[in-house]
Amino acid sequence: MNRRKFFKNSFGAGMAAFTALSFGTAPRLLSNVRKSENNMIYDLAAIKGGEPDVMFDKAIQAVGGIERFVKKNQVVVIKPNIGWNAEPERAANTNPKLVGRVVKRCYEAGAKDVYVFDHTCDNWQLCYSNSSIEEAVKNAGGKIVPGNSDSYYQEVSISGGKSLKKASVHELILESDVFINIPVLKHHSSTELSIAMKNLMGTVWDRRFWHRNDLHQCIADFPTYRKPDLNIIDAYSVMKKNGPKGVSKNDCVVYKSQIISTDIVAADAAATKLFGSDPEDIDYIKIADEMGIGTMNLKNLSISRIKI
Amino acid sequence: MLSRLKKIRVVTSIIFLIFTSILFLDITGVLTRSLSEKVLFLQFVPSLLEFINITSIAAIGFIIIILATLFSGRIYCSTVCPLGMLQDIVIYTKRKFLKRSKRKKLRFDFQPAFNWVRYSILTVTAVTFLFGNLFLLYSLDPYSNYGRILTHLIKPIIIGINNIISNVLEMFDNYSVSPLTFNNTDVFAIIFALTVLFIVVLFSYKNGRFFCNTLCPVGAFLGFLSKFSLLRIVVNKDTCISCGVCETVCKSECIDTKNDYIDFTRCVSCFNCFDVCPTHGLKYEFQPVKFLGEKRIEERKEDPDRRSFLLSLVSYSLTLTGISYAQKKIEVYKKNKIPVFRPNPITPPGSVGIDYFTDSCTACQLCISACPTHVLQPSFLEYGFLGMMVPRMDNKIGFCDYECIICSDVCPTNAIEPIDTEKKKLTQIGKAKFIKDNCIVYTQKTACGACSEHCPTKAVKMVSIENNLKAPEVNEKICIGCGACEFACPTIPYKAIYVESNIVHVKAEPPKEEKIEEKVDFSEDFPF
Repeated sequence: MNRRKFFKNSFGAGMAAFTALSFGTAPRLLSNVRKSENNMIYDLAAIKGGEPDVMFDKAIQAVGGIERFVKKNQVVVIKPNIGWNAEPERAANTNPKLVGRVVKRCYEAGAKDVYVFDHTCDNWQLCYSNSSIEEAVKNAGGKIVPGNSDSYYQEVSISGGKSLKKASVHELILESDVFINIPVLKHHSSTELSIAMKNLMGTVWDRRFWHRNDLHQCIADFPTYRKPDLNIIDAYSVMKKNGPKGVSKNDCVVYKSQIISTDIVAADAAATKLFGSDPEDIDYIKIADEMGIGTMNLKNLSISRIKI
Repeated sequence: MLSRLKKIRVVTSIIFLIFTSILFLDITGVLTRSLSEKVLFLQFVPSLLEFINITSIAAIGFIIIILATLFSGRIYCSTVCPLGMLQDIVIYTKRKFLKRSKRKKLRFDFQPAFNWVRYSILTVTAVTFLFGNLFLLYSLDPYSNYGRILTHLIKPIIIGINNIISNVLEMFDNYSVSPLTFNNTDVFAIIFALTVLFIVVLFSYKNGRFFCNTLCPVGAFLGFLSKFSLLRIVVNKDTCISCGVCETVCKSECIDTKNDYIDFTRCVSCFNCFDVCPTHGLKYEFQPVKFLGEKRIEERKEDPDRRSFLLSLVSYSLTLTGISYAQKKIEVYKKNKIPVFRPNPITPPGSVGIDYFTDSCTACQLCISACPTHVLQPSFLEYGFLGMMVPRMDNKIGFCDYECIICSDVCPTNAIEPIDTEKKKLTQIGKAKFIKDNCIVYTQKTACGACSEHCPTKAVKMVSIENNLKAPEVNEKICIGCGACEFACPTIPYKAIYVESNIVHVKAEPPKEEKIEEKVDFSEDFPF
């Protein structure tokens, strides 16, 4: 992909949006108008008690269905957490069933291409295969893309950032029409918790810069450049200690939960509470809230709470 | 029948060459792991070293080669030896390429043997080996040299091509070919491999298998053994018409048609002579071991010279060994706020310790080629001058994956012993050392913890210090020295945490595991 292609894609997307608007779907797409109880589009959906894929199918309806986010012929990039060479039971990575299901639903909504990648911490091939995410994506027809080569990353400036003024970002994030973030909720030794905002660290090349230059601030800075269109937090099995890599299955507790929201800060705040912590104690959530990236005050949001 | 031998030799050698090359060039790593044991079974030096290590039937490849040589000569050199094949390729190409222009120069001529050179090299190599230094052995061993040539010269080209393809496909939004990182970053290893390649190509271009009969210690050893071979190629004086064709195709230049003499110790069993002989003028002949044969007397004339030379060589090699021991403990200082003292290189899990490892490693670089994280790198002076190119763990490039044991799977000499994942996870190859004054948490007063994130055993834990900050703390008992913390540490120019090598690996305590007591009630309300 190159810049020209990017412009071409953007133009195409713009045309698609224009066409969609002219056909009168705009009100449903763009408004925050809350409909009657059953058809209402919520700010945040929380669900518990089911399998990851089943929970997704139910909860996504509460935020408007996948069609609200993925349009015909759009290119989708999905960023799960595939950071570690660990099998799915250890919950160091996003649940593969969930990733597979989201890929499938994107295609059903008419996506042209669905790409999945992560800039892993452990060796990427081992991470991709042992997390079972590679298999799940391929089975769903998606394309798994490596994030291990700096040739895939392009430098962008982040004008809204305080510590993070520029970063080299994976080209798929820059060029795709739809960006879906699928983190896993887990304990984290550096930042207390790794959830949706922290997961975006896997879209840049140089993570060490973040660590050197006020990690919490950098985590909050990045979404000022690009917010995911949708955040799906996997809390099926939750690593309660020894994160983010974990030592064994014993670090995990099965929560069978999932949180979906377009507001990345709200999603992180809700997941923090689910974990049993207070969002006030997680610096990057507080900073992001203050910077206006989203809200950590869940009381101001419409929340759909679902139990299966 | 005899004229068919060449075809058999060519086919066998091509099979061996292809499989040996795959081991080093397979960019997926899958084949390397499954094939290495079978393919390298007959490799002389690796098998010998493995046998010394484990004395098992799995390592008797070199004995088979010795027996085969005692039976019918140096078949190793023209079938199993990959560097021999490389020379054959050069010779073959030269013939094809120059066929029309300068035909005359394509002929080989009988040359006198350089016995003095080859047997002295063999002796020095053997003596230094017995004194525990493998430098000469591995810098001359044909298999290890071939490995280095492939790893440092050919594999980068393949990776480069792969990356170009990957880039081109990427422009069309196709991500099916992944870009790969280059294995090696050490310039010296590349220069060494280039030099050897240059010498080998030059020699083979000029004088056929000259390398095998002068520099190669395996060639010299097997050559010496073939003095006692039961079957030897000789001139059949009844049928030979002294046309001299066999001499012109003899890559070892060991057929003297004028005197009906074949120096069988230099014969690499390529069977080219059988192939071209118009009259069955050459034959394999049963030769009971004669101790007072004609040629034997001839050779004895050289003995006094050789003996005195050997004496000087012994003293020379003793000195060399001495130097090597003195060189082994080179101290690597890094300019830092707190000087990092890493007196020894880190050796991979399964290698038991530095001495054990350097006693058997031939620096063939197969493990370096196969290592998925590229933490294994050829050394420069870390093991001393006489330990150059022996692999070491370089935590700047990568770290040892907790679940991975590929290097121990592929090592042909058992310098890295076979080890299972469970054992590897408890093998402490070094210990993490924390340098507080270089750490971001202390210097910047901001959160970090990259070291602890990457730690597979949580030997590096974050503990509260002040103002809601957490700083790393190392529990050496459960640290295995994988180097993940050092790799991940973001401080520049120097690291705030590094691994100090264990000269002899020890057993680490298993990481602490506690089941979390938390009952989750799915019917309970959400906490928000």
